[in-house]
Amino acid sequence: MKEIALHILDLAENSIAAGARTVEITVEEDTAQDRLIVCVRDDGKGMDQRKLERLSDPFVTSRTTRVAGLGIPLFKDAAEACNGCLRVTSEPGKGTCVEAEFQHSHIDRMPLGDLAGTVLTLVVGYPEVHWVFHYQVDGRSFTFDDEPLKQALNGLPLTEPEVLRFVREMLEEGVNSVRACYFAQEEMGHAGS
Amino acid sequence: MPVVKSIEELKRLREEALTKRQLQATGGRAQITVYMGTCGIAAGARDTMKAILDTIEAENVRDVIVKQTGCIGLCEQEPLVEVQLADTPPVRYGHVSAERAARIVKEHVIGGKIVDELVVPE
Repeated sequence: MKEIALHILDLAENSIAAGARTVEITVEEDTAQDRLIVCVRDDGKGMDQRKLERLSDPFVTSRTTRVAGLGIPLFKDAAEACNGCLRVTSEPGKGTCVEAEFQHSHIDRMPLGDLAGTVLTLVVGYPEVHWVFHYQVDGRSFTFDDEPLKQALNGLPLTEPEVLRFVREMLEEGVNSVRACYFAQEEMGHAGS
Repeated sequence: MPVVKSIEELKRLREEALTKRQLQATGGRAQITVYMGTCGIAAGARDTMKAILDTIEAENVRDVIVKQTGCIGLCEQEPLVEVQLADTPPVRYGHVSAERAARIVKEHVIGGKIVDELVVPE
């Protein structure tokens, strides 16, 4: 996988498989501390200690269609290759939180990729789940919560063309507004050096 | 950050969409499922789904549900997409790139004609 946004999608799919009703995705870029933190938290069925310990083993999965689970090990390797780490905390019956940390400037760090696209496909693809997305870059932040939107839609599917355009633009504008600030700072940095 | 998108705007869009749905009520309902396991995602399924949504937006396709689901063990055929039109059996497509996804929406979902060469053999 070539984007962090694709790993986020993969983690969110795990949350769905665990029966989550609410999934919270947080992406935090801190250029001063040179860290990039990704967190996916759910209220799914969780895991016990034994399962947690074996999570980074690619030959462990709870799925029945195939015998290998590659998602978490791949993301763990990607984080560790970038002077970072991956932490999973979980409690049976309560939920799971997967947090990955990268060195922001690391040469091997894959790009964040299409965050808006990832969130859009999840929100549309699993309308019964409550999605919260929080994106922060150096103190500027954008929060997307699909609950007020669904209330306003009052049962109308998110796939109606006008609605789809509304949600897509909302996510793209939100992500870009936070990112624009980051790029402006980058340019100022270059101009000053 | 300025709030460009207001809930009021969304409510207005909802009324607009409801009116148009009633006008096109003869179109019938379609369901599109995108398989989004690790295998599907690695093969490009997110961009496949994005292309489906973009085509729905661009072509003003109404009354279609787009869902995601996990791996079904056909990883070598990913990205997989299933299309089911009302009252017809589901059709499963394999190796659905973004371009192919747009074509499937146009020909099968809008046009009602199965794209034979992209169907996964049973």
